[in-house]
Amino acid sequence: MRPYVREKKSFTFDEVPENTSFEAGYLTTVNSGWRSIRPVINATKCVGCEQCYLYCPDGVISINGGKAAIDYDFCKGCGICAKICRIGAIGMEAERK
Amino acid sequence: MRKFLSGNEAFAEGIRLARPQVISAYPITPQTIVVERLSEMVEDGSLSAEYVHVESEHSAMSCAIGASAAGARAFTATSSQGLLYMAECLYYASGGRFPIVMMNADRSTALPWNIYGDQRDSLSQLDSGWIQSYAENAQEALDLALMSYKIAEDKRVQTPYMANLDGFVLTHTYETVDIPTHEQADRFLPSYETDNRIDLENPRNMAFSAGPDSNYIFKYKEHEGILAAREVIAETEKEFAEIFGRKYTGLTENYRTDDAEYIIVTLGSIAGLCRETADKLRENGVKAGVVRIRYMRPFPNEEIAAVLKNAKAYAVLEKDISFGNEGTVFTNVNSALKKAGVNINGYNFIGGLGGRNISAGDIENIYESIAKGTESVNFIGIGGEDNGK
Repeated sequence: MRPYVREKKSFTFDEVPENTSFEAGYLTTVNSGWRSIRPVINATKCVGCEQCYLYCPDGVISINGGKAAIDYDFCKGCGICAKICRIGAIGMEAERK
Repeated sequence: MRKFLSGNEAFAEGIRLARPQVISAYPITPQTIVVERLSEMVEDGSLSAEYVHVESEHSAMSCAIGASAAGARAFTATSSQGLLYMAECLYYASGGRFPIVMMNADRSTALPWNIYGDQRDSLSQLDSGWIQSYAENAQEALDLALMSYKIAEDKRVQTPYMANLDGFVLTHTYETVDIPTHEQADRFLPSYETDNRIDLENPRNMAFSAGPDSNYIFKYKEHEGILAAREVIAETEKEFAEIFGRKYTGLTENYRTDDAEYIIVTLGSIAGLCRETADKLRENGVKAGVVRIRYMRPFPNEEIAAVLKNAKAYAVLEKDISFGNEGTVFTNVNSALKKAGVNINGYNFIGGLGGRNISAGDIENIYESIAKGTESVNFIGIGGEDNGK
């Protein structure tokens, strides 16, 4: 299971567990706020070779329907995936806010 | 079975009876013997545990946290500089609510370098979120080793437990100790069960970050956990007495305090000498009493206020100083009295730093000094007779 952002943003007192452990998979906040450029997959070029998946330092790339897919909640925009893609299927575009 | 054991050896026997599954240890004087004995027990098969030789105290506590996070009953031990080196990890253990038990051999901290006993090491970690007990003798050390897991692992508590033994005076002094049987110990202490662990069937995020919204709630719950230890300690000691026949008295132990006018509040192995001195003074008509603090966390606020409220004066005798202020135990005792609205004369006596002896004469002087009034903070043996005043 890939981590995902918990929909509920705040907790009641009783919902906070006694110890620092939660059911796996939750992340309480997105962690990509400082991204200035974002990788964009060109799905027609992408062959699903998984090199970007292997090299992504944040583990935010998955293979979905044979093509790379990026979780923008956690992608920091480092550009390693674009650099490693030998067929040029990943481009870096300015982040639009 | 009765054996002639040192405090360290008695504690190791108690830990054998508690059946920890992981022991991580790094030797340091005067703690070394407890981990040596445990390694021998693992070697000869009388204790079935994973014994991990770590490269530092920081790693010893990290290993214990990992073991506890895997659902194991974990033990480690340290002293002095070792405790200070693992200080970062103490907070991980308490914040993560991992009920690790650690023996700490109370010892002076550098500089000047010194291996002898005082209580500055553990008292500097009062705010780390650990339960802190202070044993007086080897039998109590063994019994606390057994009770510690039961208290720490209770669902209401889930807090790590630091069992303090005075370096050398207690860790290296031999006494006759009654060792319970495994059958008794197993009846008293069931195996450790928790949801706060790594589990392939039920995956969990462990030891995560928490932002300003929920962090405070975690800290509040941690505080509630250690406060809950008050009632759990009482219940545990009651059950302990039923199975093993030895009674303990909760967070404090009072001696001849019912009609006492002058009371010494202290902790650890010096309490025995205080009681003997109180007996001697009572023969001369001085109504002397002793309160021994058994637990510094949770702190016995109500107990201290109740026992001191009818006294004329009290002294806090401690092997500790918070530089630039006074002894930390004195600060805590005064706070307890203030909260209860008790207003009597109290004096701080600091002594025994770096292992320096505190004599029966010193303790007699304390009773005499508080009867006639003295400085607020006194240093035993500095500046001549009459506690330096």
